[in-house]
Amino acid sequence: MSDFKQLRQQARRNWQELTNSKIPVIYLGSASCGIAAGAGEVLESVHQVLKKLGRKARILQVGCIGPCYLEPLLDVRLPGRPRISFANVTPQKVEQILKKLLVEGDPWQAQAVGHFDDGDSHRDHTGFLEGIEPFFDLPMLKPQVRVVLRNCGLIDPGELDHYLARDGYQGFRKALRLSPQKIIAEIATAGLRGRGGAGFPTHKKWDICRQQPGKEKYLICNADEGDPGAFMNRSLLEGDPHAMLEGMLIAARAIGATHGYIYIRAEYPLAIKRLRRAMTQMRKAGLLGSKIQGSSFSFNITIKEGAGAFVCGEETALIGSIEGQRGMPRSRPPFPAIAGLHGKPTIINNVETLGTLAWIMRNGAAAYQELGTSDCHGTKTFSLVGRVRRTGLIEVPLGMTLREIIFDVGGGTPKPFKAVQTGGPSGGCLSEEFLDTSVDYESLAAVGSIMGSGGLIVTDDDTCIVDLARYFLNFTQAESCGKCTPCRVGTRHLVEILDRIVAGQGMADDLIKLQKLGETIKRGSLCGLGQTAPNPVLTSLRYFRAEYLEHVKEQHCRAVVCNELIEYRVLPEKCTGCQRCVSVCPTGAITGPRSEPHNLDAEKCIKCRACYEICRFDAIAGDAIVIKSKQE
Amino acid sequence: MAPSKPDKILSRFNGDEGDLIPLLQLVQERDGYLSTTMIKRIAEFLRISENQIYGVASFYSQFRFNPPGRNSIKVCLGTACHVLGGQILCDTLARELEITPGQTTPDGRFDLERVACLGCCALSPVLQVNDQIYSRVTANKIQEILERYE
Repeated sequence: MSDFKQLRQQARRNWQELTNSKIPVIYLGSASCGIAAGAGEVLESVHQVLKKLGRKARILQVGCIGPCYLEPLLDVRLPGRPRISFANVTPQKVEQILKKLLVEGDPWQAQAVGHFDDGDSHRDHTGFLEGIEPFFDLPMLKPQVRVVLRNCGLIDPGELDHYLARDGYQGFRKALRLSPQKIIAEIATAGLRGRGGAGFPTHKKWDICRQQPGKEKYLICNADEGDPGAFMNRSLLEGDPHAMLEGMLIAARAIGATHGYIYIRAEYPLAIKRLRRAMTQMRKAGLLGSKIQGSSFSFNITIKEGAGAFVCGEETALIGSIEGQRGMPRSRPPFPAIAGLHGKPTIINNVETLGTLAWIMRNGAAAYQELGTSDCHGTKTFSLVGRVRRTGLIEVPLGMTLREIIFDVGGGTPKPFKAVQTGGPSGGCLSEEFLDTSVDYESLAAVGSIMGSGGLIVTDDDTCIVDLARYFLNFTQAESCGKCTPCRVGTRHLVEILDRIVAGQGMADDLIKLQKLGETIKRGSLCGLGQTAPNPVLTSLRYFRAEYLEHVKEQHCRAVVCNELIEYRVLPEKCTGCQRCVSVCPTGAITGPRSEPHNLDAEKCIKCRACYEICRFDAIAGDAIVIKSKQE
Repeated sequence: MAPSKPDKILSRFNGDEGDLIPLLQLVQERDGYLSTTMIKRIAEFLRISENQIYGVASFYSQFRFNPPGRNSIKVCLGTACHVLGGQILCDTLARELEITPGQTTPDGRFDLERVACLGCCALSPVLQVNDQIYSRVTANKIQEILERYE
């Protein structure tokens, strides 16, 4: 029996030990987002409660399963029973949950949000699970197809055995038996395109690199997820690091690389930790290093922490950064596949592209082709955020419409939908009429946006489109590396014009200037940053012109966001005179005796929102403070 | 100047130019910032000019050239946080601490920084104090958060 078979059998035994555990198992969503939502305090509470109840349980810290709006998620698996999930768990709630389940053996149907069916299937759980839906049937999860994220939230990302037990490294084993040409042909048939945003066919770039002479070739995993509002790559690396690492082995084998780099943002410390641990496990299991699995294939990986520059997502800038220089793009050709890192042939693939490879090799190109549209195969992960009810990490087949994603998966917006920004700061802002656009590379490009790496920012009537465009331009302006004048100077001018528009000092020809300048920057820039930076302005000008005009001509911001155009007021008929706002106002702008309507001095008000929040959420306050456009 | 003691971090590297960024990262992790003395030493070690080091270090947002406070506050101004009021949090902090982003309070208790994205977009607006991330922060919670730190 080969070493790998032994490894796998051992892994399966370990996995079964977990799913058939004799003591209860507690799963806690502990990705960065779960921790931010309070998973750390919940974990502490779990330990305390177990001690108090005198019970033993196995505790597993799993990755992000997707619906961040339900975090912190705490799941309990009683011996011989399916895993049951509880949402928005607070330290106080832990005791109730554990008492119900561990002591009373009651699945607490009223509080459970779902169950997972991954354990012992022989037993009948009908009665036990009554009224508890499968977790993956929740409205947010049902329309999704999980290829890249298939293990996230289900396995312990720190355990190689869990990954192996769920068919891990089978795809690589298959690749090891195939010639590089055959691997590339398989990926070509699957039709995989770069998931970093541009959508270049993965196999094409691989084949160019493979054909280059010389023994020294590099593979770089681009994990410099710089789009503000996107966290798909972080979630995958935190929740299932081996999925990406297996992909690196397959890619390296296909292009003939001997050394790989993972270029990852320093802002992702947990992902870096998980990757380091996973790589140590790989080395021990003979999956990394020289003569992998007894073959002639040798491959090593180094982690390089990025130092914070959005432009380093661009291939040539990223290479510059690894070489220790400023991350400034250079002109292509030569493309990195021919002359990249240290002048050697180099392939740079995004985390998600690499994370898909193992699935394709294992299940075959035909299975992958069946997902998505006839032109765009497969799935795409998105971070669905902003003014949407169900926020989180999702994975859907390409070709799903924006409407399905925002309303079926995301549950719609709190106020009427206004726009969706696809592709982050390089993308476009699309209005309601484009909701039925299919989400694939070509369809999004046709309406002036891009697929991008997967940030989907949803906005509603509370969002000001001009302010949003200004936000994106501020970002790209600050991140412009300064090499090309149109990008360096042009984005600065765009910001200046937008600054004056949101301050109510827009001039009659400002919109024409924005348009012309935007188009010039697009044409005159070397890299993707400059070529796409004006997109948010150009698309919003096209689809939301009326809002721009209101700012310029009437000094009116309908979303009441632009500070210079709004004011805070107290509605006397609603004010209960509770003085809550008086106590939080930092400038003494609100005055008035107790039990009488208060007075707000607009001159002193600095619009810090403190009074507005307290008036809204405090029980005895009367919802009396409103934010209004000065023109109303 | 008297010859300085060999630096522990420097001795872990071979002195290749490609080591510059990891080296700066390690030095900043230890010292909290990049001091002129350390930049000088790194320049000698890698046999490149101090200017070149400043050029690289100032290009990346991670590096700082002044000492940090005892507690570091990072306000997330990613898109999702912006849409949900991240800028208001940043303004409130700047007002409470009487510093602007990039500065440290005179008593050294806090430094304040704006960051592009902490990757917790679904829980926005967020801010980070040292290693702790606070989610769905409102202007009124700021005071309470600040009080937890000495």
